[in-house]
Amino acid sequence: MPATFIQPEFRVKIDYDKCHKCGRCVQQCGWGVYDFNERPVPHDEKCRACHRCVTFCPAHCITIERNPLAYRENDNWSAPLRKAVWKQAETGGVLLTSMGNPQPYPRIFDHLLLDACQVTNPSIDPLREPMELRTYLGRKPDAVQVEPDGAGGYRLAEDGGMSRNIELATPIVFSPMSYGSVSLNVHKSLAMAAERCGILMNTGEGGLHEDLYPYQDHVIVQVASGRFGVGPDYLKRGAAIEIKIGQGAKPGIGGHLPGEKINKEVSSTRMIPQGTDAISPAPHHDIYSIEDLRQLIYALKEASGYKPVGVKIAAVHNVAAIASGIVRAGADYIYLDGFRGGTGAAPAVIRDHVGIPVEIAVAVVDQRLREEGIRNHASIVAAGSIRSSADVAKAIALGADVVAIGTAALIALGCHVCQSCHTGSCSWGITTQKPELTRRIDPEWGAERVSNLVHAWSHELQEILGALGVNAIESLRGSRERLRSIGLDEQTNRILGVKPAGM
Amino acid sequence: MSTTRPRYAEEAPFKIHGGCGLAGICDESGAAMSGERIILAMAVQRDRGNGLGGGFAGYGIYPEFPDHFAFHLMYHDEQAREEAEALLNEHCVVDLAEPMPTRPVKGIADAPLLWRYFLKPLPGELERLELSEEDLVVRLVMTINATVDGAFVASSGKNMGVFKGVGFPEEIGHFYRLEEYEGHTWTGHNRFPTNTPGWWGGAHPFALLDWTIVHNGEISSYGINSRYLEQFGYRCTLGTDTEVAAYLFDLMLRRHGLPLELACKALAAPLWSEIDRMPEAERELMRSLRAVYGPAMLNGPFAIILGFNGGMVALNDRIKLRPLVAARSGSVVVVASEEAAIRAVVPEPDAVWMPKAGEPTVARIEGMPWPIHGDLHLSPSEVSCAVLGTEDVCDEAVEVTA
Repeated sequence: MPATFIQPEFRVKIDYDKCHKCGRCVQQCGWGVYDFNERPVPHDEKCRACHRCVTFCPAHCITIERNPLAYRENDNWSAPLRKAVWKQAETGGVLLTSMGNPQPYPRIFDHLLLDACQVTNPSIDPLREPMELRTYLGRKPDAVQVEPDGAGGYRLAEDGGMSRNIELATPIVFSPMSYGSVSLNVHKSLAMAAERCGILMNTGEGGLHEDLYPYQDHVIVQVASGRFGVGPDYLKRGAAIEIKIGQGAKPGIGGHLPGEKINKEVSSTRMIPQGTDAISPAPHHDIYSIEDLRQLIYALKEASGYKPVGVKIAAVHNVAAIASGIVRAGADYIYLDGFRGGTGAAPAVIRDHVGIPVEIAVAVVDQRLREEGIRNHASIVAAGSIRSSADVAKAIALGADVVAIGTAALIALGCHVCQSCHTGSCSWGITTQKPELTRRIDPEWGAERVSNLVHAWSHELQEILGALGVNAIESLRGSRERLRSIGLDEQTNRILGVKPAGM
Repeated sequence: MSTTRPRYAEEAPFKIHGGCGLAGICDESGAAMSGERIILAMAVQRDRGNGLGGGFAGYGIYPEFPDHFAFHLMYHDEQAREEAEALLNEHCVVDLAEPMPTRPVKGIADAPLLWRYFLKPLPGELERLELSEEDLVVRLVMTINATVDGAFVASSGKNMGVFKGVGFPEEIGHFYRLEEYEGHTWTGHNRFPTNTPGWWGGAHPFALLDWTIVHNGEISSYGINSRYLEQFGYRCTLGTDTEVAAYLFDLMLRRHGLPLELACKALAAPLWSEIDRMPEAERELMRSLRAVYGPAMLNGPFAIILGFNGGMVALNDRIKLRPLVAARSGSVVVVASEEAAIRAVVPEPDAVWMPKAGEPTVARIEGMPWPIHGDLHLSPSEVSCAVLGTEDVCDEAVEVTA
């Protein structure tokens, strides 16, 4: 019997008439696709279609095709399902995957359309007029309290204004991605970009490497169930602290970083032995109720001198009630991660079938917090496949204060979304700890590319605001009146609080 | 989303205005003037409207009932009147109820039933609901507008009233016999709706308690302004974007106790680049104002005049996308969309100027209290459901349990 029934997903074709036989493809491939025997010889079964070789081939002679191998047509037993069964018949294990949910569920963002001004209300030209994106992340009072300043004016009364909010130059932050799941150079790129853009990066659950200390004012430090790298110094360094309860890509599941990725640097940053698997439990073992969460929130505030503490949850069925409880427990922001959010490793069955879209989650949470009169008490961060500035604008119109981008930032760094992060062999040097691969990302270069992306989206947001006839992002936030839906059912429209196009 | 009564469903969700004309006149000495003057200021600006809405607010006009809330109501039919009056009688003592004095005027047709009431909230009701007089009146107004089909409260303040309808303002003014009223402050509005025919309740001024708003422009931030107000118990049911301005002033001035100039700074916020250059104490105050009241900021082109018992304030949007001119002649301050309107009532003013973007122009009546009630409700959840007799949304338990 053959070792496997599964045939290669892709075919690597080389036009040998053009090939320089330089061996660049052999050197560039992290998956070991190529042997070299007077010329490169590809092993199709190892190819992930990450295009590293294609991009770096000086002769442009490599083509990667989907293997045209025809499976007997069956809409029910699709080819991927049959392959999954074969794989599990061979291994008896849970199928692992990476990145976000690729299944063809409706993408609600693509069913929402933004408004624009015509005639009665002038649009505003962002090239000629101020167009403000500044956003404050954190808890705000319901009212500002002032007192006379003795000189005919007013000043803030004591504790009459904002508590410790974090100023963001644009309503975008980077999603938590841990050092270990991604390389240190990626972490540095994100931290430098956050500083340049006036925004925040997020450590994820792997601690804060000392090379990032200079950027600590632009870093959210995360506290996850594994508590990797968490200590008093770590908590004091962050601009804000985030408790990770759940993740959109794998709601209800803990984290798993394979031992292969735990090298010396990762081990010291995470405070765990080298080469051991870093397994975060699914629950925090000190949080079994909302009051336990409240206790941790205030413990972290006490430990850090009352920095903002946020709570990250996966968007699930009862998300509005959960979010309300979290805000009442004292969170300064709530991070909603939709079911298309990315990950470095997750069981495919969880990634593809658990959770709900971030668009729905933001809409119901924003509405619920308003109904309870506590919307001011926390900011909402929306994440889980924010793919463009249009998604940013739509998420904000639905009610988010800020969006978080993870996959998009990695794509800016070269990621081709081949969904193989869990293998640790990323040819692009992003989700790997192999030194020969990690050196492929120069932090300076990476910071520039990610900054460019944030600046480009910010400019596009300004264009959108100008078209809407407003000159500040707060006038779009939660303004669902400026959205219309196309092709959504009545109930979904009602949940989103959005009218159908034409009304 | 805000609800709109089915009878006015064609107005949903809010009106888009093309252009409008407005004027305000205030004698800071407190001397009374007839409504004729404001009619004249509006007649000059006839071309700024299209006959689908005109209206006026007058202050100091009911000296015989200075401590009563004067309710001006519009009814589609007698059934609406019965329902609304039942609500009024349930919560208040009505000392006078009468049809509004009007006269037939060419061009004014299809007037609804127009009534006015002078009333005081029942002390027992205030105790039972644990509300101040003003809060009870706000709830009453919201309840009638949101739940009584075919009834609409045009104004609900003390010693003031709103007179509005479908027609050109000078026609509306004569229809309501405004020349018979005397007041220290008057505002007027000429409306130019751009899509459906106006309805009487949709004309300006929009009023709540003593606050009245006339507005030229379009509030592009209406969607978030109205959702923000809903948190504090206000219900935007009138099918227009302007009502949010009246409610925002009520929230910030009466309930949050903000000084008027700061409320104006919250509604027409300075740019961040300006705030960053301010001295530290002022910078911190403005940062907090913008961050906390961001959802209240009025964005888009507007010129508004806020009237209240004690004067008026004219305000432009942050980048002055709509016209607004101001003038002073002795103790009289006049503001209008056009200088011609000012000169029609004050032929030779001492000074005429163009107020800057976001800079309020204030006229205050000498010796009258400034509009701060100090009656603070800092938490939105305290007044979370403004409609009387409905379930309080906060009774719903949070389903995250131990």
